[in-house]
Amino acid sequence: MTTNTTDMAGKTKDGASVFVRRFVAYLVLVLVTIVCLFWFYLLFVNSTRSHSEMSAGFTPFPSSHLIENWKNLIHGTIPVVSGMINSLFIATASAALATYFSTMTAYAIHAYDFKLKNLLYTFILMIMMIPTQVTVLGFIALINDMNIDDTAIALIVPTIASPAVFFYMKQYMDSTLPLSLIEAARIDGSGEFKTFNRIVLPLMKPAIAVQAIFSFVASWNNYFVPALVLHSQEKKTLPILMQQLRSADFLKFDMGQVYMMIAFSIFPVIIVYLILSRYIVGGVTLGGVKG
Amino acid sequence: MNKKSKVVRYNKWGYIFLLPFIAVFLVFQLIPLVTTIYNSFFLHMEDGLTVVGPTFIGLKNYSTIISNGDLPKYFTNTMIMWFMGFVPQILLSLLLGAWFTDPSLKLKFQRFFKTVIYLPNLIMASAFAMLFFTLFSDMGPINDILKNLGVIKESYQFMSHVWSVRGLVATMNCLMWFGNTTILLMAGMLGIDPALFEAAQVDGATATQIFYKITLPLLKPILIYVMITSLIGGLQMFDVPQILTNKTGDPMRTSMTLIMYLNKNLSVGSRNYGFAGALSVFMFILTGILSLIVFKATGKEDKDGR
Repeated sequence: MTTNTTDMAGKTKDGASVFVRRFVAYLVLVLVTIVCLFWFYLLFVNSTRSHSEMSAGFTPFPSSHLIENWKNLIHGTIPVVSGMINSLFIATASAALATYFSTMTAYAIHAYDFKLKNLLYTFILMIMMIPTQVTVLGFIALINDMNIDDTAIALIVPTIASPAVFFYMKQYMDSTLPLSLIEAARIDGSGEFKTFNRIVLPLMKPAIAVQAIFSFVASWNNYFVPALVLHSQEKKTLPILMQQLRSADFLKFDMGQVYMMIAFSIFPVIIVYLILSRYIVGGVTLGGVKG
Repeated sequence: MNKKSKVVRYNKWGYIFLLPFIAVFLVFQLIPLVTTIYNSFFLHMEDGLTVVGPTFIGLKNYSTIISNGDLPKYFTNTMIMWFMGFVPQILLSLLLGAWFTDPSLKLKFQRFFKTVIYLPNLIMASAFAMLFFTLFSDMGPINDILKNLGVIKESYQFMSHVWSVRGLVATMNCLMWFGNTTILLMAGMLGIDPALFEAAQVDGATATQIFYKITLPLLKPILIYVMITSLIGGLQMFDVPQILTNKTGDPMRTSMTLIMYLNKNLSVGSRNYGFAGALSVFMFILTGILSLIVFKATGKEDKDGR
């Protein structure tokens, strides 16, 4: 279908055809928008309906059981509230550590000249693509030896080394952070650490904001490693509870609660995204590929 | 002399600022990598409550997961589902990217559309998979809607057919990533010299010709980047099929991915550190090679671009 529309659009070339092409483009964009949002609409509608209403069949209009489903969910068997708090805590701490220390690392490479600089820079770029899954076996063994198995620390501290965040910060510094500014701070007698905290970090705010959001979302959504690290019910994060919901005997469940829990995991992120979307969409391209 | 020593004094701060990153990397990534590789040469597993090993067995774990069909099968599953999602994803992204950047179209509401298409990328994959599972279940709203429309008479069991499960996984992956790809490709398209398009238009080239003869060839480095990074991401496919199929990769393990298999070998009750290690090393080598291609491709782009 997609190829057809380009061909159709391409064959004509005067003013009227621009109109046709524009029409086709809007039509496809509206369809794509519907395909993107349809699922969330169904989710919203079903989270407002009771189990018996849903068994009777689907209707496209919301019902009145939203609050009832919510109450059933937080008093249910799956600890969603503690899951939300754990997820929030781990994601916030991870985002803070990842952005602060990766900016610091990027600054080290950007502002200083030392013997191993190029070697270390190349090295960090090389390890950027290595997935965490590859080292997870050794990682689990390590945190067992360190006695930090089943703790949030095991998930938070490793984010200090986030090569992708580092790379983004380095790119941003290359384009916006002049070395003369650091030189000027030195002449004014500012210590190196103070220069970084007081002068460099504020200048990096736009990049830090973008990466803080991405790191937060990555941690919030992370399922693979936390599922292998966290075992106590009260320490689990939302994605692990999602697996628990899936494993539970499905038919015994109140479908209103099931939809409510999915909505509870998805909608907060959507709301934050809509508020910050300007920075997020613009920020995607700054790091990955050069524009 | 004095000046030089001052510079050296400053430069030691380079090491100090690098220290946290390097230390954490060494402890939490490099040591685990070495342990993982080490484990791949040992027979070490749980069988019920008894623990077997660790006993050194050389490359036996590698030959076992290849000869018993596990690795080839799950690798094939992963690649099939990646490919099914990637093809529509890249086609849609190219089309939307070309439209968004086409100055003669002057599309309005661009920010709205970009916001919408990027939205699924931020959704928790496990929650999204759970949502699809409930929506496509036998009693779910999709079956209800299809029945109301008269498309089907009986509920279609999406979870019991090989290609519907794979199709759902691919659909979710495509939905979650086409917005991201569109935005990356747009950046590449906006980087092309507008004079080239103008010259082509003066020469009477159609929009289709311009797309195939100018946009696509100049976009090649970014297309390679997008494809290889998507492939690396595809190899790590886990959350969506894991939740959708409740860890089983059913029907008949046709939607079991490599990382689901890794997870299985690391989960309480079915631990097999040897297999998990061998699989990790295989993944490590594969992603290493793919990363090198990205490295080379983007490095070349650097030289050409500047």
